[in-house]
Amino acid sequence: MLSHEFMRNALLAGGFVALACGVCGWFVVLRGQVFAGDALSHVAFPGALAAAAAGVDERIGLFAATVAVGAGIGLLGARTVAARAGAAGAAGADDTAIGIAFTFILGLGLFFLTLFSLGSAGGSGIQAAHTLFGSIFGIGAGEARLAAAIGLAVVLLVLAIGRPLLFATLAPDVAAARGVPTRLLGVGFLALLGVVAAEATQAVGALLLLGLLAAPAAAAHRITSRPLAGVALAGCLAVASMVVGLVLAYSLPWLPPSTAVIAVAVAIYVVSTVRR
Amino acid sequence: MQPESVNPTLGWNLARDLGEVLEYHFMVNALLAGSVVAVMAGAVGWLMVLRREAFAGHTLSIMSFPGAAAAALVGIAAAWGYFAFCGAGAVAIALLSGRGRGSVREQGAAIGTVQATALALGFLFVSLYGGVLGDLESLLFGNILAISDGQVIGLGVVALVVLAALAVVARPLLFASVDPDVASADGVRVGALSVAFLLILGASVAATSQITGPLLVFALLVAPAATAQVLTARPALSLALTVGFGLLIVWLGMGIAYFSVYPAGFYVATIAFGLYLLARLAVALRARLARAGARRVRAAVVGAG
Repeated sequence: MLSHEFMRNALLAGGFVALACGVCGWFVVLRGQVFAGDALSHVAFPGALAAAAAGVDERIGLFAATVAVGAGIGLLGARTVAARAGAAGAAGADDTAIGIAFTFILGLGLFFLTLFSLGSAGGSGIQAAHTLFGSIFGIGAGEARLAAAIGLAVVLLVLAIGRPLLFATLAPDVAAARGVPTRLLGVGFLALLGVVAAEATQAVGALLLLGLLAAPAAAAHRITSRPLAGVALAGCLAVASMVVGLVLAYSLPWLPPSTAVIAVAVAIYVVSTVRR
Repeated sequence: MQPESVNPTLGWNLARDLGEVLEYHFMVNALLAGSVVAVMAGAVGWLMVLRREAFAGHTLSIMSFPGAAAAALVGIAAAWGYFAFCGAGAVAIALLSGRGRGSVREQGAAIGTVQATALALGFLFVSLYGGVLGDLESLLFGNILAISDGQVIGLGVVALVVLAALAVVARPLLFASVDPDVASADGVRVGALSVAFLLILGASVAATSQITGPLLVFALLVAPAATAQVLTARPALSLALTVGFGLLIVWLGMGIAYFSVYPAGFYVATIAFGLYLLARLAVALRARLARAGARRVRAAVVGAG
């Protein structure tokens, strides 16, 4: 199996993307921002299509869209949270704004899809399918190394801001009083999440990113409440889902790799909920 | 936005243009179906926004993607797949988030996991079906201009059932949504009500998906309700506004789409978003004007005390 180059590339890129998803996902679940992560993964789709319609590299559109929207949600959320001074329902009100905004962006995606298919006659269906569901077995060696490097960089960055981020998440008021820049941290974290979303889009697809973000992290939160162990466990579970999923997809030709990866991640989560 | 050659038939006489639109049977069907869906999605979406279950609603709308794909795979009408998967999704969300009760985090993670499962299944079914990827776009974004007479009647029946069910549980549900603790102390069965509401939500999302496609359901489910709730806090008035906004969005979106090459879903989503932004802007302006007055009053009160 490892003698095939596409399999080695997929494991390299997928492993590091999964690691970044797992580590970021632990904080996403803790901060109650799963819906924001979901919105970011949907935004990747119009971003890539807009770039395709404009004729530039797809990845530029991906990263620009997800990072911009991530920072935007962070700014919007920071303002509502500040305005409500810790009201319990603040996150819910954000959800409505996020929902409306990303529906509009998906509408734009549909617009670009039409524009793209009008311009270049066909091929748009396959293009959309690749953006939506990923094409991990089609990654080249250079792309795989780039994905691994970005994944590693994101993990290191998140770990670097991990302590203040944890403080700002669990006790925002106390952290702000102690001089932790909570707002900057919130925006920065979502921008990082944008980078992860853009990177993961190429590996598992825009629509399936959510599974890698939510399921391993949710399982880790179920199993342990200790922060360091939780982050490590979430990363390991995500990598494990990716590797097992890819091997499954390799040995069963009818099983698409994205489906296999998510199936393993969800199975781990379900086992963790039954355990207790 | 588009070149002038796109809308050659749009003239200055709006009545004549409207007549032209209504001459086509498919446009009449589309407008009828759109209106039914706008009313139903408005009423259900209003409660959804109040209960802050936007994420659950989004996940249920995604459910219709594997539903449609599974129906295509088995060879039955897509509507059966929609309703089966949306119902199953509602039960799964209720079960998983019921286990982690009291923790918003857990609930979000559980809903996200359900959604990822749905997408993975949908992709599996599409690839098992034989990889006709051209259908993917209409699976995800719907095709409002290809609605048959039978579908319109089916939608009407579903809308009647959903609205009737909503009317039965409306009062306790409103109570449980606004203040769950007090409602539960008063003997209202909050848990059962939330499962019932998720099922109602699932049914109406399944019906709406056939019009807008799963990805754009939110344009009709969330946007009108959120716009109305930004404008007013009075329940009856904002419910009426929600339904009005929904109808406006559907009619305008389809009307514009008729004279353009771009799909109706794009216009519906854009108009919905635009209305919401306008409402937010209007409220912000009003608050800024009112704040100056309030400051003066507060200064007077403090001075008097």
